[in-house]
Amino acid sequence: MVKVIVTVRLKPGVLDPQGQAVMKGLNALGYEAVADVRFGKQIELRLNLADEEQRNGHGRLKQSIDAMCRDLLANPVIEEYTFEIVKEEA
Amino acid sequence: MHFAVVAFPGSNCDRDCFYAFSEVLQQKTTLLWHRDPWPADIDCVILPGGFSYGDYLRAGAIARFSPIMKSVVEFAARGGLVLGICNGFQVLCESGLLPGALHKNKSLRFKCEKAYVRVERTDTPFTNQCAPQQVLELPIAHGEGNYYIDKEGLKRLLDRGQILFRYCTPKGEVSEAANPNGSLLNIAGICNERGNVVGMMPHPERNVEAFMGNQDGLYIFRSIIQAVGGQVRR
Amino acid sequence: MELTPEAIAEKKAWRSMGLTDNEYELIVEKLQRAPNWTELGLFAVMWSEHCAYKHSRALFHLFPTSGPYILEGPGENAGIVDIGDGLAVVFKVESHNHPSAVDPFQGAATGVGGILRDIFTMGARPVAILDSLRFGPPTNREARRLMDGVVSGIAWYGNAVGVPTVGGEVQFDPCYNKNPLVNVMAVGLVEHEYITKAQAEGVGNPVMVVGAKTGRDGIHGASFASAELDETSAARRPSVQIGDPFKEKLLIEACLELAKSGSIAGIQDMGAAGLTCSTVEMAGRAGLGIEIDVAKVPLREEGMTPYEIMLSESQERMLVVPKKGREQMVAEILRKWELDAAVIGQVTADGMLRVREGEKIVAEVPARLLSTHGAPCYTPEKRAPGKCGRGRAELPLAVPEDLGAVLLKLLASPTIAGKEWVYSQYDHMVLASTVMLPGRADAAVIRIRGTKKAIALSIGGNSRYCLLDPYRGAQIAVAEVARNISCVGAKPLAVSDGLNFGDPGKPEVYWAFDQVVRGIAAACQALGTPVTGGNVSFYNESSGQAIYPTPIIGMVGLLEDVRQVVGSGFVQSGDQIFLLGENREELDGSEYLQVIHGITGETAPALDLEREAAVQSLCRELIAGGLVHSAHDCSEGGLAVALAESCITGGIGARIALPAAGREDACLFGESQSRIIISVPPAKVPSVVTAAAKAEVPLLPLGEVGGDALHLELPHSSVHIPLADMAEAWRGSLGRALG
Repeated sequence: MVKVIVTVRLKPGVLDPQGQAVMKGLNALGYEAVADVRFGKQIELRLNLADEEQRNGHGRLKQSIDAMCRDLLANPVIEEYTFEIVKEEA
Repeated sequence: MHFAVVAFPGSNCDRDCFYAFSEVLQQKTTLLWHRDPWPADIDCVILPGGFSYGDYLRAGAIARFSPIMKSVVEFAARGGLVLGICNGFQVLCESGLLPGALHKNKSLRFKCEKAYVRVERTDTPFTNQCAPQQVLELPIAHGEGNYYIDKEGLKRLLDRGQILFRYCTPKGEVSEAANPNGSLLNIAGICNERGNVVGMMPHPERNVEAFMGNQDGLYIFRSIIQAVGGQVRR
Repeated sequence: MELTPEAIAEKKAWRSMGLTDNEYELIVEKLQRAPNWTELGLFAVMWSEHCAYKHSRALFHLFPTSGPYILEGPGENAGIVDIGDGLAVVFKVESHNHPSAVDPFQGAATGVGGILRDIFTMGARPVAILDSLRFGPPTNREARRLMDGVVSGIAWYGNAVGVPTVGGEVQFDPCYNKNPLVNVMAVGLVEHEYITKAQAEGVGNPVMVVGAKTGRDGIHGASFASAELDETSAARRPSVQIGDPFKEKLLIEACLELAKSGSIAGIQDMGAAGLTCSTVEMAGRAGLGIEIDVAKVPLREEGMTPYEIMLSESQERMLVVPKKGREQMVAEILRKWELDAAVIGQVTADGMLRVREGEKIVAEVPARLLSTHGAPCYTPEKRAPGKCGRGRAELPLAVPEDLGAVLLKLLASPTIAGKEWVYSQYDHMVLASTVMLPGRADAAVIRIRGTKKAIALSIGGNSRYCLLDPYRGAQIAVAEVARNISCVGAKPLAVSDGLNFGDPGKPEVYWAFDQVVRGIAAACQALGTPVTGGNVSFYNESSGQAIYPTPIIGMVGLLEDVRQVVGSGFVQSGDQIFLLGENREELDGSEYLQVIHGITGETAPALDLEREAAVQSLCRELIAGGLVHSAHDCSEGGLAVALAESCITGGIGARIALPAAGREDACLFGESQSRIIISVPPAKVPSVVTAAAKAEVPLLPLGEVGGDALHLELPHSSVHIPLADMAEAWRGSLGRALG
């Protein structure tokens, strides 16, 4: 099994009202040094590596996750993504 | 004439749209569960409001993988009329049938209230019964209706006249104060280049009967009936 | 960790589950043996206040529960009221106070989900939600946080599940600072033939669990709701369940299809105490037993013990008893809606709740002993407090110089101010049947598709009155909610109540509870609105301080012809304004005393139930006769606030002349009961005068609709406020306070 951590964020330049609201809140609490807040979401996937390789071929894990991000996990119109593959014990 | 209203798991305005076409407008209308087969003689399909798949990843993101969406995409490609209302609009954007995206309202709050939109074009199958620049009173009810598209995309929309409805004051002024959710250029509804696929955040089906206080939704639905060659009953 | 029966006895483990030593002894005596760990857990939840009503049910016999329209009174999941045409209304009020105090968002959300299940479990499609909310004043930061969370939670769940939140009310008082109240009323519609009951009928019938999978959510939620909140409450947060409105929406459709399929003998939702409560109650109502195997329950988490499976409060689940041989049909309907269904046991003749884990019996207890028939029933000591109120309303309290400024201040005060900030976050139009949008009328109005009819719905209760006089305060709660219904032209039919109190072990609290029950009973009797069910929430205390006694009344009314409906706002310039009922010089208990003078007064306003019934009946008669353009009852803030609201809502002014005898502040802001402001087209005035005389109801001419200001002429002073200023104060203030 591998664990994959996908992080989805709004693209730079797309207004993030949630981030703005939280920034105002932090500023109001006295954390005036906070100059920007951007929201995102973290999605954890667990993949059965053997299955994955059988379906998509050996060494194609990154391409496969990239496709998942493009197809569903992120909306390319407003969002960008990064991911990290974490090896796990069986 | 045959209208279809698609119900995804989590749709909740499907029955309202169904009644608007079947009972109020007396049209042959079928409520299609998202796994149902596609009837061959459909003239127009409505993707209704609601929270398809709970809107859990992003509004409309998962519904586009529903079995019926394949038929909807093919139907649109053949020039069939597709109207997405609220969550239906979100599904159309997510599936790429319409450009842009709908993200969280600027206020971060769900907003349900009366809104006014100005009709920007009257030469489409969805607005042919409207007068130029007519102001329609239509309710909104959404948390993610803030229309966004990048600069080039916006230019394309403008160049090709794809903006159909813009939020305005009751008098028809498109202003920041009349913008309920932060949408670019007060956009409330758009169409694709070909003009046969429309998405809009306001709910025409909620203003179709006398007791609702206003029947402006009928302008849009009667336009569609007119466009597909049906009998518009006054 | 699970203890052996011996270790349980040694460590007195029942105490940490909320059972008393006496209750444990009673269990041992009835079972004639010591219960094991799982069995003790079953007793702890079933004998909790939340499930057993052990400190309250001794008084329930006082309520009138039957009447010509009542198809089902208390005892089932919700009351059922006949509205003709083969249709019935199913409705119930339920509180979710403790979960909302700990996690306002999920607490309120799952409150909505739970009460909706009570409705569709009876085969009815939910068509409306109303909420009665109580918070500390918005100036209190904690209160703001709680309110924001509760409103967002209700919006999140209600909007997604596709049931309109059409009405409700919000009141503020420091007694709710840490202990918010969230009482939700859900309303459904059903054709008589499809009504389903929560009874495990038919020995040998299979028992199925359907809907969501079972996890470790909210174990001991019911006993959590039966204890006072303290510093450790936050640490007990695992007791708060997480809702899934998407799953609930599917469950609604699936259950309605089940009800119509003819495949089921009984069905019950799983709320508090989950599988335990639903099996015990379904078996109990049928006088039978149920045997289940927890190993067959679809689980979301690994390694759950029978104890955890029996006590889990995972949301969006139902217990279904199909007719024998129809399990497959039930499973297919659930599968269509993409939900789980599993046969976990069967109905038995021996009256036992028998829980197996595979072959092993892990609990075996008479169902009746676990149910309210077996649970202890207490009548605690009660004692009237010497004096509830704070401060006398009489002189030397000076009448303020500027009564216009007082009116504006009252309009902007949180309890009176417009609640658009709240209801604009709720989808109040989905289902396309909302006739009166929130803020437009005294009651919510929902049309009944396929008929000319509509139902009118209202919920409310003034706890300050109940602090000052719980008996009369409770009567007023019933009277005012009925008045709201009458003000749209509908006939009040039936009541469901939410009774919110502090610790019943305190004699003053129990005295107030007793008084409230008697007050509700008397008013419901007099107004012909039986009580069909409801909910009791005790232990609403923080730092040893109880909330005010807060009975919340939910009511359903019927309007024969939806076209007759009227709103609360003035409509037409030139219409004549009248008061049905009469002004008395009484200030005690008023919002005016609280907001302007900072005191409560010493008693609640007077109430004459006969007069109340006559005023309401006349109001309905006038509306049915098409004689009035608007009707609005006088409640918090009195006559002046009610007139201002009719102006703001209608977007038109009024000129009023008041022949006040006595204090002018009492005339404007006193909260005398049984008063309704109507506006009448000039041509209809003679008919209205005749009808009022015939009904022997006082009819006081107040003035005329028109202009763009509210002008109030009194013998010694006058008030003149532009419409825009009133609207600004009333509409904007709550939003500004809450952000």
